[in-house]
Amino acid sequence: MTLLNIILKMAEGLEKTCAIFFLTLLFAIPLGMIVALLRGSKFKIISAIARVYISVLRGTPLMLQLIAVTYGPYYLFGISISRNKLIPVVIAFTINYAAYFAEIYRSGIDSMPIGQYEAAQVLGYSKIQTFFKIILPQVIRRILPSLTNEIVTLVKDTSMAFTVSYQEMFTIGKQIANSQTSFVPFVVTGVFYYVFNAVVGFVMGRVEKKMSYYKI
Amino acid sequence: MSVLAMSNIQKSFGSNHVLKDITFHVDKGEVVSIIGPSGSGKSTLLRCATFLETIDSGTIRYDDRNAAETVNGKAVYAKNLNDFRHIFGLVFQNFNLFPHFSVLKNMMDAPVSVLHRNKEEVREECMALLAKMDLAGKADAYPCELSGGQQQRVSIVRALAMKPEILFFDEPTSALDPELTGEVLKVIKQLADEKMTMVIVTHEMPFARAVSDRVVFMDKGVVVEQGKPEELFGQTQNERTKQFLQNYSNT
Repeated sequence: MTLLNIILKMAEGLEKTCAIFFLTLLFAIPLGMIVALLRGSKFKIISAIARVYISVLRGTPLMLQLIAVTYGPYYLFGISISRNKLIPVVIAFTINYAAYFAEIYRSGIDSMPIGQYEAAQVLGYSKIQTFFKIILPQVIRRILPSLTNEIVTLVKDTSMAFTVSYQEMFTIGKQIANSQTSFVPFVVTGVFYYVFNAVVGFVMGRVEKKMSYYKI
Repeated sequence: MSVLAMSNIQKSFGSNHVLKDITFHVDKGEVVSIIGPSGSGKSTLLRCATFLETIDSGTIRYDDRNAAETVNGKAVYAKNLNDFRHIFGLVFQNFNLFPHFSVLKNMMDAPVSVLHRNKEEVREECMALLAKMDLAGKADAYPCELSGGQQQRVSIVRALAMKPEILFFDEPTSALDPELTGEVLKVIKQLADEKMTMVIVTHEMPFARAVSDRVVFMDKGVVVEQGKPEELFGQTQNERTKQFLQNYSNT
C-alpha cells in the first residue's frame, strides 16, 4: 500500500471523525447550557440531579460510556438500537461533553459581577433578556479559552470510538497498520489529528480575537 | 406631589437591623442628599427604593401608587413591578456599564428593547444627550476605552435615556480618582439646575451642601435629622449630626 493509498483510506475515516466531532458539538454545547442552568436552579432536587449527572459523567471513563451506550441496550433489553453506530457514539460523546461544558458555563456564569444583573434589573430588562443580551455574551467571551481546550480534547477523544469498532480515522489507521505490519499508518494518523487540531486552534483563535473588542 | 414616598421601612439582613422604621419622601423637582457614616443604611435605603433589596415591611409609593405595601406585617410587592422601574433610574457607585456594548448601545438598548420605543427616535435623543454631556465623540467607544469619570457620565446618560421621573445616585464619585469627581459632580449640578428630581447618597459634603434642596442625615438605620443644607450644615442643634460633620471637616 502506497502512502497515497493510506492517506486516501484515512480520508474516508476523517469523514466519520468529522461527523462525531461536529454532531457532538452541535448537541453538547446547548445541552451543557441546559445542565448548567439546571445545576444553578433554586429547586434543590433539580440542582442535585444535575450535580449527579455531572459527577457520574465526569467520574467514569468515556470509553466505558461509549460501550454502555452502544451495547447496553442489547444486554439490558435485547434490542440493538441501530445498525448505524454513529448514533450511539454521538449520544455517548454528547452526554459526556455536555457535563464538561456545563461546568465551564457555570464557572463563566459565576464569574459575572452581580452589578451587571442589577444594572439590567433597574433598567427593566426581563430575566430572559438579561440572560441572553447581557450575561451570555460576556460569559462566552470569558469561557472561550477553556472551551477551546475542551474542543481540542474532543478532536482527539473521537479516536475512542475505536472501542466500539466505529470506522473513524483511528480505527482505520490501526487496521491498516495491522495488515501492513507498518508503523507508517500511525504516523499518518497522528498528522491527521494534528492538522485537524491546528485548524480548530486557528478558528477558535479568530473567534477569540473577534470577541476581544472589549475588555472585561 | 411626592414622586417617591417610603414609609415605616424595616429591613434586616439576618440579625443586622439596617433600616429602622424609615419614612422618606421626595417631591417633584427636589434634590435630596443622604449623608451619614458607613453602615448607616443610606445605600440600603436606595437599594430598597429601587427594588434591588426587598423590604421586610413598610410602604413604597411612586406617583401615589403602591409598589410595595404591608399586609399582615409582611411586605407585598405589586405584580407589575417593571412598570414602576420605568419611573426611576439608578447610577451605581461602580458604573455597571455593559462592557460588550458601545456607549450608544448602552444607552439605546433599554429604551428600545424594554420600552419598545422607535429606534431612530431613541438614537436621536441619545446623540443629543451625549452632545449635551460633552460625550458626543464617544458614541461608538466601548466602556473600557473611557476614563472612570467618562464611564460614570455615560452611566448617568444611560439612566437618563429611559426618561426617568427620578434619578438615584449611590455614591456616584466614590469609585473615582479625586481629580475625576469634578466632571461627574458638574453633570449632577447641571441636572439639578434643570430641576431633575434626584436623590444622592454621597460623602461629598461641600457638594451636598451646594446642590441639595434638602439634606437627610442617617445614622444606625434611622433618619437623625433632615432640613435645608444651610440649616443642617450651618446650625444643627443635633449632637450626633454635629459630631459627624466635625469628623468630616477634620479630615
